[in-house]
Amino acid sequence: MTVAERHELFVAAYDRLKTSHSAAPAWLREARAVAMREFAEHGFPTTRHEDWRFTNISPIVETPFASSGPAPTAAQMASHLFPEANAHLAVIAAGRFSHELSSLQDLPGMVFVGSLAQALVTHADDLQPALTQIAAGDHPFVRLNTGLFEDGVLIRVPANTMLDRPIHVHVASDAGTDPTVSHPRVLISAGANSQFTVIESYGGPEGQCYFTNAVTEALVGPGSVVHHVKVQRESRKAFHVAGTFARLGRGSVFTSLNISLGGGIVRNDISALLDGEGGEATLNGLYLADGDRLVDNHTVIDHAKAHCPSHEVYKGVLGGKARAVFNGKIFVRQDAQKTNAKQTNKALLLSDDAQINTKPQLEIFADDVKCTHGAAIGQLDEDALFYLRARGISRIDAQHFLIRAFAGEVLQQVQPSSIRDRLEQLMLDALPRG
Amino acid sequence: MLLEIKGLRVKAEDKEILKGVDLRVDPGQVHAIMGPNGSGKSTLARVLSGHPDYEVIGGEVLYKGRDLLAMDPEDRAREGVFMAFQYPVEIPGINNSYFLKAALNALKKHRGEEELDAVEFMALIKDKAKLLEMDQSMMTRSVNEGFSGGEKKRNEIFHMAVLEPKLAILDETDSGLDIDALKIVSSGVNALRSPDRAMIVVTHYQRLLNYIVPDFVHVLSEGRIVRSGGKELAHELEEKGYTWLEQGAAAR
Repeated sequence: MTVAERHELFVAAYDRLKTSHSAAPAWLREARAVAMREFAEHGFPTTRHEDWRFTNISPIVETPFASSGPAPTAAQMASHLFPEANAHLAVIAAGRFSHELSSLQDLPGMVFVGSLAQALVTHADDLQPALTQIAAGDHPFVRLNTGLFEDGVLIRVPANTMLDRPIHVHVASDAGTDPTVSHPRVLISAGANSQFTVIESYGGPEGQCYFTNAVTEALVGPGSVVHHVKVQRESRKAFHVAGTFARLGRGSVFTSLNISLGGGIVRNDISALLDGEGGEATLNGLYLADGDRLVDNHTVIDHAKAHCPSHEVYKGVLGGKARAVFNGKIFVRQDAQKTNAKQTNKALLLSDDAQINTKPQLEIFADDVKCTHGAAIGQLDEDALFYLRARGISRIDAQHFLIRAFAGEVLQQVQPSSIRDRLEQLMLDALPRG
Repeated sequence: MLLEIKGLRVKAEDKEILKGVDLRVDPGQVHAIMGPNGSGKSTLARVLSGHPDYEVIGGEVLYKGRDLLAMDPEDRAREGVFMAFQYPVEIPGINNSYFLKAALNALKKHRGEEELDAVEFMALIKDKAKLLEMDQSMMTRSVNEGFSGGEKKRNEIFHMAVLEPKLAILDETDSGLDIDALKIVSSGVNALRSPDRAMIVVTHYQRLLNYIVPDFVHVLSEGRIVRSGGKELAHELEEKGYTWLEQGAAAR
C-alpha cells in the first residue's frame, strides 16, 4: 500500500465516524469536515515540508493501525501516576475517557473535569469559543485529530477559582497486541483570575507499537495562572505526535514544561499565543533519547500584544544513534511593543553518533523589543567527570551528577514542586546507557 | 611501605615527560616534590590520581602493594588516594556538600562501613569547616562555582579533611594564594598530618614549605628526580634557584 493510500484509510475512518457525529453541534461538525477536507487534500507531511524536514514519519504512515483495542487496567497505569502530587485524576484509556480509572470525586463545585464527549452533549455551546479554535489549523496531525477524536478530557475552572490540588490527565494507550491509533483531545478552559496546575502524562505497555495523536488546547483567561506539565513516557516502539496550544488573555501566566522520555518517533508542537497585554509565557522542555529514536520539538511563542515577557529553555540528552530536532519560533507582531523574549536551547550528546538539528527562528515586526536566543551543543565535561571520579564517585554516577545538573535548570522550576524528585528519578531511569 | 614508584615513565601528547622516577613513601611522611616549570611535577601528581590524559610507558607504581596504575580514578580514591587539584573544576548545578556526602558515602560503602545520613554528615562537616575557616555559603553553593582562587584551594583541603585519605597529593596548592589564605590552608593541612597518613606536596616555591614542613624534599628536573634530601634542601633551592641544578643534571 502506498503512502497516498494510507491517508485514504484515515479519511475512510472519518466517513464511518460521521454518522455518530450527527448529534454533535453544527459548528463542530463543520470544523471536523474542514479539517478532514484539508487533510485529504494535503495528506501526511514529508521531509520536503519545511516543518518536517528532519522528521521522517513514514514508519507511522506505513504501519496499519486498528482504531482501538482493550482498555488498560489500573495496575498497568499505576507507574505513570504521581501519588506525591495528590492530584484529581482523569484517565483517557484507548482514546476514550474512563470513569472507572478516573478519580474525580473531590473536585470543588463548579469545576468540571470529565469526558469531553459528554461535555459536547451537555455543554456544547460553552465549548465553541475554544475547541478547535486554539490549535493550529494548518498542522496535518491536528487536522487528523480534529476529524477523528472521539473523546478526551475537558477541564473547566470557573473565574476566581484557585485549585490546591493539581489535575492529572493520564492518556493510557491500550494493552492489545496489534498496533492501534488514538486521537485524544484535551481542552483546558481557565476562567478569569483562576489558578491551577495540569499534569498531562502519556504511556503504554513497553515494547508495544501504537500511535498517539494528541491535541491539547488551553484557553488561559485574563489574569489566570495555569501551569502545564507534560510527561511523555510512551513505549520505546510507539509513535507520539502531540500538540499543546495555549492562548493567553490579558495579564495571564502560562507555563509549559514538556518532558519527553519515551517513544520511538516523537513530535511535539508546543505553542503559546500572547493575545492580551501583560501576559507571560514560559515554554520549557527536557528530552532524552537513545538507540535509533527520534524526538522533535517545535515551539512557537507568538507575541501578538504589547508588554509580554516570554521565557524558553529546552534541554536534551542524546545517546546511541538518537536524533533530535529543536525548532523555536518567536513571532513579535507589529503591536507587540515592549516584548521581552528569551530563548535558550542546549543539548548534551553522549555518543559520537547522536545528532541534533536546532533552529531558532525569530521574526520581529515591532521596533521596541528585546529578544535573545542562544544554542549550545556539547558533551559531558571531561574535566568535571575526572574531578568527580577522583573523589570516589563512579563513572556512571559522575555522569548522572552532571546530567542532573544540566537538567536542573529546567526541573528546578517545575510546578507542583512535589513531583520534582520523581521527575528527576524518571529522567535518570530513562538516561541513555553507556 | 605505602607507595613505591619504580622507574616511572609517562608520556602526554607524544612527549615523554617523566623519564624514570623513583620514590618511596611511608605512612606518616611528608614528601615535597619541587622543581622548575615543565619538570614534570604536576604530571607526577596527576598520573598518581589516574588522570586520563597521560600514558604510562614504563615502570610501575605500587600502593599498599597493589598496582595503582591499573586502578580507575574512583577506585584509587576509595582506597585512600586523594589529590588536591591545582585547578579545582567548577561544576555548576551540583551542590558542594551534596557532592561531598556522595563521595564520602562511596568511600564508606567501599570499606563496608555504614553510610552517613544527612544529619550525621552535617555534624561532621561543621567541625571540618571550622578547620578551614569555611564560610557556610561555600557548602551550599555549586562545587567551586564562583569561588575565588583561595576559596577553591580551601575547599580542596576541606574535601581532604572530610574524606580522610591515606595518601594525599597536593598539586601546587599554594599557587594563587595570598599569605592569609596560605596560612589557613597550611594549618588545615598540618592538622591532618598523622602517623598513618602520608602526603606528597608538589610545589614550585619554597614558601609553602615554611608552613608545611616536609620530612623529605625531592627535586624534579626534566622528568627525573635529580636530588633528594631533608627540609634544608628547600632552603638551598630558595637561595640558589633551580638553574644550578639543571646545569648539574645536564653535566651528569
